[in-house]
Amino acid sequence: MKLELRFFASLREALGVSEESITIPDSVKTIADLRLELIARGNPWTEVLAEGKVLRCALNHHMVDPSTLLKEGAEVAFFPPVTGG
Amino acid sequence: MPIRIQADDFDLSAEIAALRKGDPRIGAVVTFLGTVRDMNDGSQVKGMTLEHYPGMTEKALQEILDQANNRWDIYQTLVIHRVGQLQPEDQIVLVAVTSAHRGEAFSACEFIMDYLKTAAPFWKKEDTPEGGKWVDARVTDETAMARWVEK
Repeated sequence: MKLELRFFASLREALGVSEESITIPDSVKTIADLRLELIARGNPWTEVLAEGKVLRCALNHHMVDPSTLLKEGAEVAFFPPVTGG
Repeated sequence: MPIRIQADDFDLSAEIAALRKGDPRIGAVVTFLGTVRDMNDGSQVKGMTLEHYPGMTEKALQEILDQANNRWDIYQTLVIHRVGQLQPEDQIVLVAVTSAHRGEAFSACEFIMDYLKTAAPFWKKEDTPEGGKWVDARVTDETAMARWVEK
């Protein structure tokens, strides 16, 4: 499955990347699976996306929880809790 | 447009005048104006940069306004949020709501602001004497949003 990844704010800075196109194996089905897949890349991914870190995720511009299923061609964004207003 | 994300400043009086122009049903206009403080979490703030997620931000704000419209008897709504470089005392955000009576507009305005704080993808990075510092989300913002779910 192909996905467009986006990273924002402190995550973008810590990872040194704002967007990336990736192809994931069939075993990666949910947002949580994707996070583990990225953690397995080693640092800085392992540290920045570590399970203890509070992150938010959006699938095609909608905030979703970790159990949400990924979709072919979807835009998936990871970012810290929002601080606007 | 009821939703605007922009680097430029805005004029509160002009925005309100445009919002209520030609609608004699309106008997109440409630606005919230957020501005940049020079202190946060004990650090001097010299300025800040506001980042957002283009594409998602507009959708998230539209969903918040749709919910407010379904929940309260209100007429027009407006959200302006600035992005980019800002200095202390600058205006950051404007939420304005019109209705026939004040109660509906007060509630809807507070609801929109509380939801914006936790659901709209904006992030602040403050310029402090210790260097650039990403602002942490506040538990009080989550609490403020949660009380609307219980009502």
